[in-house]
Amino acid sequence: MEKLISEFSSGLFFWQTIIFVTLIFLLRKYAWKPILDTVNEREKSIRDSLNSAKEAKKEMENLQAENKKILQEARAESDAMIIQAKQSGKDIVDKAKSDARLEAENILLQARTSIENEKRSAMNEIKNQVADLSIDIASKVLENELDHDKNHQEYISKILKEKKFD
Amino acid sequence: MIYKNGRYFFLSLIILSASFADAKEEENELTLQEEITEYIYHHVQDSHDFSLFSTKDKETGEKKYYGFPLPVILVDEGVKIFMSSNLDHGKKVVNASGKYYKLYHGKIYETDSKGYISYDDKGNVTNQMPLDMSITKSVFSMLLISLLMFWLFTSLAKSYKENNQIASGIGRFFEPIVILIRDEIAIPSIGENNYKKYMSFLLTLFFFIWFLNLLGLSPLGVNATGNIAVTFGLALVTFLITNFTANKTYWKHIFWMPGVPVWLKPLLAPIELLGVFIKPFSLMIRLYANILAGHIVLYSLIGLIFIFKNLVGSSLSLVLVFFISIIEVLVALLQAYIFTLLSALYFGFAVQEDDH
Repeated sequence: MEKLISEFSSGLFFWQTIIFVTLIFLLRKYAWKPILDTVNEREKSIRDSLNSAKEAKKEMENLQAENKKILQEARAESDAMIIQAKQSGKDIVDKAKSDARLEAENILLQARTSIENEKRSAMNEIKNQVADLSIDIASKVLENELDHDKNHQEYISKILKEKKFD
Repeated sequence: MIYKNGRYFFLSLIILSASFADAKEEENELTLQEEITEYIYHHVQDSHDFSLFSTKDKETGEKKYYGFPLPVILVDEGVKIFMSSNLDHGKKVVNASGKYYKLYHGKIYETDSKGYISYDDKGNVTNQMPLDMSITKSVFSMLLISLLMFWLFTSLAKSYKENNQIASGIGRFFEPIVILIRDEIAIPSIGENNYKKYMSFLLTLFFFIWFLNLLGLSPLGVNATGNIAVTFGLALVTFLITNFTANKTYWKHIFWMPGVPVWLKPLLAPIELLGVFIKPFSLMIRLYANILAGHIVLYSLIGLIFIFKNLVGSSLSLVLVFFISIIEVLVALLQAYIFTLLSALYFGFAVQEDDH
């Protein structure tokens, strides 16, 4: 220890301290500060880039999920629309069918009624004409009998001739 | 980085073996063991000039040093500045504005014009010592490392601007380490809210210690972080930052520990207060001892190669040196990490919110 102290060189200590402290201040200004600033900045930018990449990925995933959802919704909607259209088409056809049937029945009914009416009026007319004709015939027959007495005599004479009184 | 250091290490081995080989011839003065011990001692000491290696003249026994001089600054009734080459490794006396100085065993003493060194009865030098503020080998290496760090990290900071927030160039290698210190040391120890103001210190501390440790393993033979003055300076900054940024909770935990019986509180206060100083002290000793011990072990093992002087022993030592040097590279990083982590933990204690 004694030797250590006696060997201690104050000149060396003096210069070493001055050189070292000066070096600290010089390097702080011209080297460490710019180096550490750049390194920090670079690390920050790397971290930021990674984060933004992660965010972009997430956003894209969201977008994809949304697209998928929209697609599914559209498909479901179109499916529903097709079903509805089919249903309504069927309804329309059914309605048309039933309407037509109803109409036909109506027409048939009407036709039947009118036929009945026609028939009835025709019958009436026939009846009237038959009556007229009968009267006419009757009167003509009667007239004929009265006009044609000779026939009547002939007829009587014929009957008399045949009837020989024997 | 590790590969490079390995290469440096082998270079240093070659350089050292050159100087040892020369030393071997001169056994009349010192035994080989003594020379190795002296060599290691010199290596772990700070020095006034930057010598890369040395050779010894076979005939005259004079040592020749290869390297370059550094400025010597002495504060002794005014500031005296001259190059360390004037001292010539202790062989010459320097006259600086009326005073004479001599280098003796790595220290500068004030002497007379002949360079006379006087001793007391215990063998200690009694000459006056001026306040030595020299730019020594360690100071020079720290300046070098500081420049390297400044260039490295400002270029990293610039490359972000030029390259759209992506690191390019050599700085890119250090970016993960900066982030590691932030995520593994600062944030877990100090907390998300407070860590920012300590980041500059922690980052500078880590790279400063690490690079200095690695430079210490290079063949340049620098031992800055294995010098107690350097680790004291580092620990002192940690100590000051801890106590100046500490909040009320921290001081309350020291002087009036909550959650313990009242009679225990005054007993705990001095222990806790001692802890305030022991924490940075342990930082100082840990780094110093680890690096110094590592250097001594490494150089001792390299020395063993020359002591064995046979194929089996020397090659075994070589293998050992190889593995120890790999471990030392790891220790260089580990000690920087531990110093930084513990500093961060102490800051964490200082700014901890009261959540009892």
